[in-house]
Amino acid sequence: MKKIFGYPESLTPSHTHYCPGCTHGTIHRLVAESLDELGVRERTVGIAPVGCSVLAYNYFNCDMFEAAHGRAPAVATGAKRCRPDLVLFTYQGDGDLASIGTAEIIHAANRGEKITVIFVNNAIYGMTGGQMAPTTMPGQVTTTCPFGRNTEHEGHPIRVVEMINTLETPAFLARVSSHTPLHVIEAKKAIREAFRLQVEGVCFSMVEVLSICPTNWGLTTAESNKWLEETMMPYYPLGVLKRPAVDRAPDPMAIALPEGV
Amino acid sequence: MAKVLMKGCEAIGEAAIRAGCRNFFGYPITPQTEVPEYLAKRFPEVGGIFVQAESEVAAINMLYGGAGVGKRVLTTSSSPGISLMAEGVSYIAACHLPIVLVNIVRAGPGLGGILPAQSDYLQATKGHGHGDYKLLVLAPSSVQEAVDLIYEAFDLADQYLTPVMVMGDGMIGQMMEPVEFPEMRDLGSLPSKSWAATGARGRKPNIINSLYLKEEACNANSWKLKEKYDEIVKKEKRSEAYACDDGELDVLMVAYGTMARICKTAADEVRREDKKKIGVFRPISLWPYPYEALAAEARKAKRILVVEMSTGQMVEDVQLAVLGSKPIDFYGETGGVVPSPDDVAAKLRE
Amino acid sequence: MQTEVIMSGFGGQGLMMIGKLLAYAGLEEGKCVTWLPSYGPEMRGGTANCTVVVGDKPVGSPLITSPKAAVVMNQPSLEKFAPMLRKDGLLVVNSSMIPIKSDREDIRSFRIKANDVAAELGNRRSANLVMLGAYLGLDEVVSHETLLKAIDKSFEAKKQFLEGNRKAFMQGYERAKAGQSDE
Ligand SMILES: Cc1ncc(C[n+]2csc(CCOP(=O)(O)OP(=O)(O)O)c2C)c(N)n1
Ligand code: SF4
Ligand SMILES: [Mg+2]
Repeated sequence: MKKIFGYPESLTPSHTHYCPGCTHGTIHRLVAESLDELGVRERTVGIAPVGCSVLAYNYFNCDMFEAAHGRAPAVATGAKRCRPDLVLFTYQGDGDLASIGTAEIIHAANRGEKITVIFVNNAIYGMTGGQMAPTTMPGQVTTTCPFGRNTEHEGHPIRVVEMINTLETPAFLARVSSHTPLHVIEAKKAIREAFRLQVEGVCFSMVEVLSICPTNWGLTTAESNKWLEETMMPYYPLGVLKRPAVDRAPDPMAIALPEGV
Repeated sequence: MAKVLMKGCEAIGEAAIRAGCRNFFGYPITPQTEVPEYLAKRFPEVGGIFVQAESEVAAINMLYGGAGVGKRVLTTSSSPGISLMAEGVSYIAACHLPIVLVNIVRAGPGLGGILPAQSDYLQATKGHGHGDYKLLVLAPSSVQEAVDLIYEAFDLADQYLTPVMVMGDGMIGQMMEPVEFPEMRDLGSLPSKSWAATGARGRKPNIINSLYLKEEACNANSWKLKEKYDEIVKKEKRSEAYACDDGELDVLMVAYGTMARICKTAADEVRREDKKKIGVFRPISLWPYPYEALAAEARKAKRILVVEMSTGQMVEDVQLAVLGSKPIDFYGETGGVVPSPDDVAAKLRE
Repeated sequence: MQTEVIMSGFGGQGLMMIGKLLAYAGLEEGKCVTWLPSYGPEMRGGTANCTVVVGDKPVGSPLITSPKAAVVMNQPSLEKFAPMLRKDGLLVVNSSMIPIKSDREDIRSFRIKANDVAAELGNRRSANLVMLGAYLGLDEVVSHETLLKAIDKSFEAKKQFLEGNRKAFMQGYERAKAGQSDE
């Protein structure tokens, strides 16, 4: 029996430590629902990052690791290579994945590790109190770019899925957002698809989720959603960038996603 | 200059500026992120360069580059980040380059926790990266001392052409205390560095390198380092003896950093209430370790109590100083649990 | 002489700030001071506190487990710190937020409806200053004039809040001096 609106079995009933309005909790739920619907909770292993979602091992009701900052894709590689029958996912922030862990993510993607990466882009370091991330927007003020990100010195924000899309190997790459109910529905489809492809033995799948951090952006939740929509979305376009070319029976649950840029 | 009230991390940043450092490379990590945050704001006023590296691995190699072209360079981090820097520090030491590295220690191993600890003692004084190299390690116990030691660390690094580490715990980083800053160093007065890779105009190329294809040459470099370390051991030991000057001591405590302050408070309390004579020996240089000074104080004591925010990483050094002549007890908590003066006093009364 | 005070409440109630004001005033009077914040997991959402030590001699431990005074602005803080107070210690309680009382009889308690007092003055956000004033009214470790100077200095850039905060501080101070504890 699938429970569609109930509390996902793949989530523990614990209260999360996230700030009010934070979208980490929503994204956890989308991952958990996907695992439930695919019926793989009992053979799934998740890798938590270092970042605000460091305690994800308390929230996902499946076996979990806690990795060193940025190293989750390498830990997932080790686990998946040793036990190919498991479903492996990493859940990483932008500092974790796109700064200190750039080497690990690129090479896991390029080797075509059969893992699913959930990449939460909130344009800031949440956990350490609001420092600049590689995805921080030009002009955005953070504690380590107190005069606003200056692209002359700090470069432009990294479009991670586009960058990984330059590699031949990865199978599924998408960017979604989490700031409105409609976007959450789309995000769910992409996350589920990413896991489904892994379960079917297709290689590397990754979903970037645009996310808000009201606390460190210094905005209310509503203002944050607006800022995401107006500032981040034009720079980080949504959509599926890549999907496997191979023909296979369509998943009845997967609804067509808009093609990406 | 008048005293100002400042957080340890910010004072460390300001002290580096006073010492003539205009180049910082680092990566955020609690509980030291206020250093990069302070410098990101303050550096533009003095023409400094602040770079948030993509990782500590990158940050330390940025220091390798900056030191190699002859600049005073600083990075600050905390335990997990310092572990990542081990490779780079080994290269920097091997190349005889001066850098200043700050570790605001948090609890470990692994991701551990962000609260104060002293569990990187062995890493700093005996281990860290690969090869025959040493870090000169200084451990302040107040914000003022952190400022003074940072200021001096840049001179020591230049004098010995070696990495110098200033190691404080989370309390040093987070606490506010009144500080007086030393004068601003005139950048023109800093030591000139003829060995730096600054462009081979009118001279033979300067090569910053630690690869030796011939074993004799590699051997020679390690002995050249050793010679330097011997000189540091001779000249740079620092320590403080507190309340050790009135005859035989019932207990001599050995502690460094903020733990030593807590011990001093406990010593005062037990002296006052129990009429027991308690002294505190505080190593300031953790490497080179002040063995002789400790041995001299230990001679006056009936027993020794080592107190640390670790499971006993410094005990071996105390044993080496005392060489079995006195009984040594240990009291420690770690993981962010900080022994209070009352906890220490209870151990003194045992 | 050395005094230690722990100031504790929800993050956002401004306890770190009043702790700093006290430390600034101590420095201004040439005393030895330390200010140590709690940092760590409890910061997010939970209670935040800082410990201020003011004395004539260099401060030993900046970390205090049995303080002479505690200024508590929410119930979890009272529950945590009242039991830790030294005998004859001083507990200053924000009774707008804390209905319960400490059951200790060996300490001095002073209760003040800091939120209400601040609201009456038309500046809800200055309840922390009311608490600081009350504390100084009961234990003038630094003179209240020096503290007013510290307030002036720290609101230099935000002049619009200066008068309100001065008033809030003085209200707390005077009520405590007059012994008007709210029962
Ligand atoms: C080696 C190492 N360096 C630095 C840190 C400190 N640190 C913890 S989380 C974090 C950044 C987290 O930001 P992000 O990945 O964007 O996650 P978010 O909190 O925004 O979800 C940093 C720098 C660490 N734990 N380990
Ligand atoms: S700091 Fe930001 S990312 Fe972290 S829990 Fe709060 S809102 Fe979420
Ligand atoms: Mg982030």
